[in-house]
Amino acid sequence: MEWLDTFWATYNTLIYSLGVFALLALSIWLTFSCGLLSLANAAFMGIGAYVSALLTLHYQTPFPLVLAAAGLAPALVALIIAMPVLRLSGVYLAMATLAFGEVVRVIILNLDITGGPEGLNGIPQSTQGWHIVAILAFTVYALARLKRSRVGRALEAIREDEVAARLMGIDVDRHKLFVFTLGAIIAGIAGGLNAHYTFFISPREYGFENAVDILTMAVLGGTGSLIGPMLGSSILTLLPELLRFLHDYRGAVNGIILVLVVLFLPRGLWDPQRLARLFRRRKPLRDFHGKKGDAA
Amino acid sequence: MSALLSIQNVGKNFGGLKVLQEVNLEVPAGGIFGLIGPNGAGKTTVFNLVTGLLHPSTGSIHFEGRDLAGVAPHRITHRGIARTFQNIRIFKEMTLLENVMVGMHNHIDYSPIAIMLNNRSYRASEKKALERAHELLTWVRLDHKATLLADNLSYGDQRKLEFARALATEPKLLLLDEPVAGMNLTEKSELMEEICNIRDRGYGIFLIEHDMRFVMGLCDRIAVLNFGRIIAEGAPDEIRSNPEVIEAYLGREDDEEEAA
Repeated sequence: MEWLDTFWATYNTLIYSLGVFALLALSIWLTFSCGLLSLANAAFMGIGAYVSALLTLHYQTPFPLVLAAAGLAPALVALIIAMPVLRLSGVYLAMATLAFGEVVRVIILNLDITGGPEGLNGIPQSTQGWHIVAILAFTVYALARLKRSRVGRALEAIREDEVAARLMGIDVDRHKLFVFTLGAIIAGIAGGLNAHYTFFISPREYGFENAVDILTMAVLGGTGSLIGPMLGSSILTLLPELLRFLHDYRGAVNGIILVLVVLFLPRGLWDPQRLARLFRRRKPLRDFHGKKGDAA
Repeated sequence: MSALLSIQNVGKNFGGLKVLQEVNLEVPAGGIFGLIGPNGAGKTTVFNLVTGLLHPSTGSIHFEGRDLAGVAPHRITHRGIARTFQNIRIFKEMTLLENVMVGMHNHIDYSPIAIMLNNRSYRASEKKALERAHELLTWVRLDHKATLLADNLSYGDQRKLEFARALATEPKLLLLDEPVAGMNLTEKSELMEEICNIRDRGYGIFLIEHDMRFVMGLCDRIAVLNFGRIIAEGAPDEIRSNPEVIEAYLGREDDEEEAA
């Protein structure tokens, strides 16, 4: 079993990252699901990572409390910035949340307690595989339940037509605040988990690039269901490793693959409606839920 | 008869433009009340004020005797006003059932814990909502298409779905904004029948229209809006013979057959 040990020693960080980035992709999916293009999740992840790492390093806080704080801290920040930010929509919201992310990054960069550009070193490796699996499983379950409830229907209605949703008696602002904050909690916990297996964190990891990466994961996988974002995050996490044999060109090839997917599968890799269409050829029409099926 | 919806001295300005001036309307609890007027007379603005999407510059709006000033649109829906839109605004990527169930948002009652546990209270509420959704779709004769995506419906059917969705909010008053605009003759008469059915079920209806013929045959009472002012109000016969209405609405030289 020696090869297994070697394999684990080499790849355990990567395997943990699969779970953490799945959480991040789900957190952006959540805001997406009611039509909010929010790019603040990398910053929320950073806040969670730093708060949790500092609690561990300076106060020897028990790990469950650390993770709770990792979710709570960005949630509070989200509640504060929601008031001005959630009045915006579309690209304006994207710009405002990106700017917020930069503010967070620069603050972390300039504080003493965060270690400035050097970041924090020697964070105990408290995160274990089952922590990630359990939190991810619970998150997926909770979001799936939510999706099938009146809340899920309200979110979809808001995404499709905000005014009509409002006049159906839905408190649109409250729902937006809810998904924005819940997204922050999920991203923050992901950050806390991440900080406690990478040994080292620095402000660089939570900047613009990471924000765009998280967005790309969700869009690549497809935002129509919960599976899409997780598929996207897995691919984006694994692809650089799988393309390692390309050496210096792997970044370019990585990008080309993404461009091709977005061009040819604009609804993402996991598109239930497209799958349903493929499936329908062999099935009677009756229970078809898919799009544009009967138009022709 | 006391009015269900009472609009008193309402004016609305957009910058320097006076869209509505001194509008007074009393919409009764039953029957069909029509608001007619040429395009651009300010009819949709009246609906936007009543549903809280806009706020009146002057005057007040009362529903069941309670002031609607400063009440958020979704709360106005809770109080019992529902509407449809001139340009149909259904949720196209949802099924018909889901569309109607969105309308039931405030009548589905379970806690977040019930959602997570998938327990009896959750399942019972969802089942009840589903049954009600089927019932409402049956009312507008769309139940056989219940699991289709709304995008696949014809224009007339989309309008009917909008009716069902509005009724799902359990309104006391239903506002219909030009329900037959852009419809062909068959669709028009079908929708007219649907509207009568809804009235017969006891809902109050307040509708906007500029198709005179349609309104005359349908409404119990009609008000006429022209350049932001109410110029006449009364039973269809009175409106039809009111010289001011004929001049403002039908044109001065009336060689038309509209009055027939």
